Amino acid sequence: MKRANEWIVGIAVMAVIGVITWGIFAVGDNMRPGVSPFSQDVYVLHNTVMGVVTIIGVLVFTAMFTSIVLHRRSKNPEAAKFSHSTKAEIIWTAIPVLILVVIAIPATQVLIDMENTGDAELNVKVTGYQWLWKYDYLEDDISFFSALDRNSNRARQMGSDLAPTEVENYLLEVDRRLVLPVDTKIRFLLTADDVIHSWWVPDLGWKRDAVPGMVNEAWTLIKEEGIYRGQCAELCGKDHGFMPIVVEAVSKEDYADWVATQQAASTANNQSVTP
Amino acid sequence: MTDATLAHHDSHDHHPKGLARWLFTTNHKEIGTLYLVFSLIMFFVGGAMALVIRAELFAPGLQLVHPEFFNQMTTMHALVMIFGAVMPAFVGLANWMVPLMIGAPDMALPRMNNWSFWIMPFAFTLLLSTLFMPSGGPASGWTLYPPLSLQGGNSLAFVILAIHLMGISSIMGAINIIATILNMRAPGMTLLRMPMFVWTWLITAFLLIAVMPVLAGAVTMLLTDRFFGTSFFNAAGGGDPVLYQHIFWFFGHPEVYIMILPAFGIVSEIIPTFSRKKLFGYTSMVYATASIAFLSFIVWAHHMFTVGMPLGAALFFMYATMVIAVPTGVKIFNWVSTMWRGSMTFETPMLFALGFVVLFTIGGLSGVMLAIVPADFQYHDTYFVVAHFHYVLVTGAVFAIMASVYYWLPKWTGHMYNETLGKVHFWWSAFWVNVLFFPQHYLGLAGMPRRIPDYAIQFTEFNVISSIGGFAFGIGQLLFVYIVWQCARGGQKATDGVWEGARGLEWTVPSPAPLHTFDTPPDIDHPDLVAHTGGTQ
Repeated sequence: MKRANEWIVGIAVMAVIGVITWGIFAVGDNMRPGVSPFSQDVYVLHNTVMGVVTIIGVLVFTAMFTSIVLHRRSKNPEAAKFSHSTKAEIIWTAIPVLILVVIAIPATQVLIDMENTGDAELNVKVTGYQWLWKYDYLEDDISFFSALDRNSNRARQMGSDLAPTEVENYLLEVDRRLVLPVDTKIRFLLTADDVIHSWWVPDLGWKRDAVPGMVNEAWTLIKEEGIYRGQCAELCGKDHGFMPIVVEAVSKEDYADWVATQQAASTANNQSVTP
Repeated sequence: MTDATLAHHDSHDHHPKGLARWLFTTNHKEIGTLYLVFSLIMFFVGGAMALVIRAELFAPGLQLVHPEFFNQMTTMHALVMIFGAVMPAFVGLANWMVPLMIGAPDMALPRMNNWSFWIMPFAFTLLLSTLFMPSGGPASGWTLYPPLSLQGGNSLAFVILAIHLMGISSIMGAINIIATILNMRAPGMTLLRMPMFVWTWLITAFLLIAVMPVLAGAVTMLLTDRFFGTSFFNAAGGGDPVLYQHIFWFFGHPEVYIMILPAFGIVSEIIPTFSRKKLFGYTSMVYATASIAFLSFIVWAHHMFTVGMPLGAALFFMYATMVIAVPTGVKIFNWVSTMWRGSMTFETPMLFALGFVVLFTIGGLSGVMLAIVPADFQYHDTYFVVAHFHYVLVTGAVFAIMASVYYWLPKWTGHMYNETLGKVHFWWSAFWVNVLFFPQHYLGLAGMPRRIPDYAIQFTEFNVISSIGGFAFGIGQLLFVYIVWQCARGGQKATDGVWEGARGLEWTVPSPAPLHTFDTPPDIDHPDLVAHTGGTQ
């Protein structure tokens, strides 16, 4: 087998695989960059690692399909005899190690940043229930439950007369949203009352399990005002698919107003929302 | 092996007929067949459950099943496929092929072999019967995480007993395989001359013995928590629900490799045969397999990064997980090097083996992504994970099993299967399995959690594509049954060597392999055999 042929066919094969790979990326969805510094770090990390593994995949498949094209019996009746090469084996053990080290460095940095939950300006306790969430604003003394909204709940029943497509934000809307200020370091304290749940808003860049009897910590700092939707991410029983999370990120002023309204309402009713 | 010894043996062999033949058999080939047939049945049972899932997910809204039943389907699908389809298939292959490959007359412990198979139908009858109980089957996912798994009805006790039975069966099977390989190799068959399939199974068997008791412990604690008032996993009683996850995944991660290492062995047999070239880097393949097995014990917590763990622990498990990519990479590079400058032909077993290499690599690469802890906070428990493990389990383990069936079927039945239909089966499966699972990567990245019976509108398109792929892939497997059935009934006579490039002791016995082979151990260095065995590896 001539080596020149292997290079020419190899380049052609790589071109084909490259086009297919491009197509795979073009038709699909990617992760969202999100709206917190952490989520954007994760997004960059995700794209980097995905890029690295894609290149490795393309190289491996190029070698493999070049071989499939050229080293078939009709073109290469006599198989070569070699069956090991210490040099090659050392190279393809060492190079992956180096690549992994290069990936591990940014991954470690982002993780360390993620774990730093100190200096929070606002603490929100999140409690998972079957099948709704409870939010306690520890500083502002506000507390409420947040469950699937009425329309989604109607449309999701079997044999419902309301089609899911007619409901805005089907399964991703709640009766009371979690209102949070932007540009504020917010610490979440997550726990659960019955079984394990997992609180996940993709735009914030993480999910964290809410485990009964344990308190988990996580933080965020939302950069943009907006509405961010997520769902419970740990199987928690029959209505696991029906306990969404909606975060409404507002300016600090609007947040202060909202807090005042909530507290006034609470005093006027002279009752706590907590059961 | 000469015909004279065979004739001699057959003359005084009073083998029972009919049902008794299968119930009381202690013959490794018959038990291997039982395992394989059982596995095929379970593959369709588990597949039917998968189709219920894919049918419900065909459109947003609930159309066919209630969420509770949907959860039972996801749970049972996994339990049936893992413990009923993939593991018994590999044990069946080990039963059939390990004695033939090492020149042993049978398994070391034939009666225990019979018992380890016959436990399985009872275990699965128990497990599947829970679907018809008033409280329904298990619905907490195959991982049976407490407290959720403890909320179910009394059927949990049946599920746990079934898991215990499967565990006993697996442990006995593993002991048998280790005893056979370590004690019954033909003279001259040193450990480092054993075929790769035998090596991977030896290592897998040690994994099984190490971790099945751990699973048994975990589910026994669930049992006592649920029925006898203990509080191992109940925070209110001083227990810890996360403890269960640690114990479970200490079993669970080696379990993942129990389902893939024999597949590595199969592919390492098939690629050299059809490349007409020796396996590249045999010794490094053995060491890579052993390293993967060792690493599998120290990476369990990567299944639970989001559960909340100290930074140091998260970093340790991330690094350890990334390291697995190195020996796995060695294996893939060695397979490609085996093909390189070979003289390849593409019969069905080779097609499935090549499909395995490509698609398992995709699953392995997404595995590297999942190891990155901060990114895993996004991927965890989404369809990205579902796509990842189906690439390694369906296009990995299952494709390797199919490759091995086509590869050894002529040896088992004495007939060649229909090559055209085999190729149709491969291309049909390879196309639709990607339609089925590739879009699930997109769904996961777009934010769809796993184990939900209904989804937001934006996930519709890729779910529709995935469901179409699922039904087409599933229906295509009926063709596989037809091909195997047709081959068992008749067809072109297979030669002893079957494949031009095949090397190994199993190709020195007649096709079909007679009930008793290697009554006297073969001399693997005998000049007549070297041509078939390839001499040393």
